[in-house]
Amino acid sequence: MSASELSILIIDEDRVRAAIIEEGLREAGHTRVAVINSTQEVARRIAEIAPDVVVIDLANPDRDRLEHFFLLSKALRKPVAMFVDKSDAAAIGAAIEAGVSAYIVDGLRKDRVKPILDMAVLRFNAYSRLQRELDEARNALEERKLIDRAKAILIRQRGLTEEAAYTLLRKTAMNQNRRVAEIAQSLITAAGLLEP
Amino acid sequence: MPDLRITAGFLPLLDSLLLVIARERGLAAAQGIDLTLVRETSWANIRDRVAVGHFEVAQMLGPMPIAANLGLSPIDVAIVAPMALGLGGNAITVSNRLWERMLKAGAPGSIEPAPAGAALARVVAAGDGRLCFAVTHPFSGHNYELRYWLAASGIRPDADVDIVILPPQLMADALAAGTVDGYCAGEPWNSAGVLAGAGRIVTVKARLWPDSPDKVLGVEQRWAEAHPEALAALLRALYAASLWCGDPANHAEAAAILGGPAYLDKPSDLLLRGLSGRLELARGETVRVADFFVPNAHSATFPWVTHALWYYAQMVRWGDVVHTPAHQAQAARSYRPDLYRAAIAPFGASLPTSDEKQPGQMRFFDGASFDPTRITTPSA
Repeated sequence: MSASELSILIIDEDRVRAAIIEEGLREAGHTRVAVINSTQEVARRIAEIAPDVVVIDLANPDRDRLEHFFLLSKALRKPVAMFVDKSDAAAIGAAIEAGVSAYIVDGLRKDRVKPILDMAVLRFNAYSRLQRELDEARNALEERKLIDRAKAILIRQRGLTEEAAYTLLRKTAMNQNRRVAEIAQSLITAAGLLEP
Repeated sequence: MPDLRITAGFLPLLDSLLLVIARERGLAAAQGIDLTLVRETSWANIRDRVAVGHFEVAQMLGPMPIAANLGLSPIDVAIVAPMALGLGGNAITVSNRLWERMLKAGAPGSIEPAPAGAALARVVAAGDGRLCFAVTHPFSGHNYELRYWLAASGIRPDADVDIVILPPQLMADALAAGTVDGYCAGEPWNSAGVLAGAGRIVTVKARLWPDSPDKVLGVEQRWAEAHPEALAALLRALYAASLWCGDPANHAEAAAILGGPAYLDKPSDLLLRGLSGRLELARGETVRVADFFVPNAHSATFPWVTHALWYYAQMVRWGDVVHTPAHQAQAARSYRPDLYRAAIAPFGASLPTSDEKQPGQMRFFDGASFDPTRITTPSA
């Protein structure tokens, strides 16, 4: 371990995202990387980790408490927010939009830290995209299930073919300017009410 | 009339009220301002997003601009406070377990700070476990008024009891879990603790220090200097909001608006407690607290230089900053009654004749007053 190697601390309650950031830092050649998933743990471990750089999630409501720990900690005597270099407005905006923030010890050269924040921003964004896609896929699956159930009701009660049942759902949706899944949901609810 | 877009950051607290009402009642629009409000999750986010220009203005804790200008924050930004967002609004809540002990130690069950503090001092003196109190931020009215109450009651903060930082929405749970024994926070978080059955309100800021300041409108200094007309228009909109909120006939509607999903996302009857001053101290035990939260009366939105200096004096008292004449001048310059006067004058409202309060105008529950010409470094 070289003396000049940076000690990096990642604080993130989202364990998966923290692991993704950690992996990115290790791939970039950093070996002194610590991850903490709960704010409570920070007070206990910050002295032992003695971070030069702290990467945190901006949505963490505990950020005020974390800053207070940094202020109290002798390990990070003068933490400076990464955004201190206001000349790079685009990078700052990108970090805030991605939802990531960083603190560095005073005096650390910014060019040593910038790649760390850039990588964190990229991985935060990739992670959000992944989650969004996952949510969309989950919703699509839910909707398909609803439509299948609505079709089954029409086939059973109106004696339609599967194709005709779907055509009827889609036509109704178009006429009412609603989504097919919404019509399917209404039909399922109505059928439930009418059941003996 | 200016046609201006302003984005303001706020935290879900009762005293985000003036910003919310200025937007929702069309008062900002009437001044030519397209006001966008963004709910944030921490004061650190508010500060950073003002610093990088995402927010032109924001609701801020009264000491925040002073701390930023004195270089006590992790980010280097100059912030001015051209307006206060009301007076009072805070309370101190303790756990049921601590309240039982205070009751045995002679607490009368009123909200008067002196007897409650005396009872707490007897509990602390009896030993039996070190007590822990939570506040929302080190540079907050909550921290400094809790410390004032403890110290005036004969309890030494840090030496006799611990004070930790906790986001307000976690306080009731922490109280119920026994992680903390009490907290000082803004509404609705005291009433939320009572509603959850986690604790009891033992005293209120309005009794510790009548007509005391809390949140301010924080503005990045460079933006304020570059956009004087936009800022003045916003101050007028907020002043109009304070007039509307100051009328008790509007409290129910104000609570309903503030409780909406984009703002506090809370039932309006919970918000009405702080707004009307009819506080439930414990379940089923309601008292009427005069001037609990004051949006307009008593020059509630005036950014008194003396208030800035009181916060500065507390920073000196608790070792946050070393007292020097330069620091004191910097703290005084953080509040900008000149900007307020210039903007509000067209309303024809009666404005204070001086930017500073006389010592006799600031009375604390222990009989002390505050004289900014006599700030001294505490002896170690």
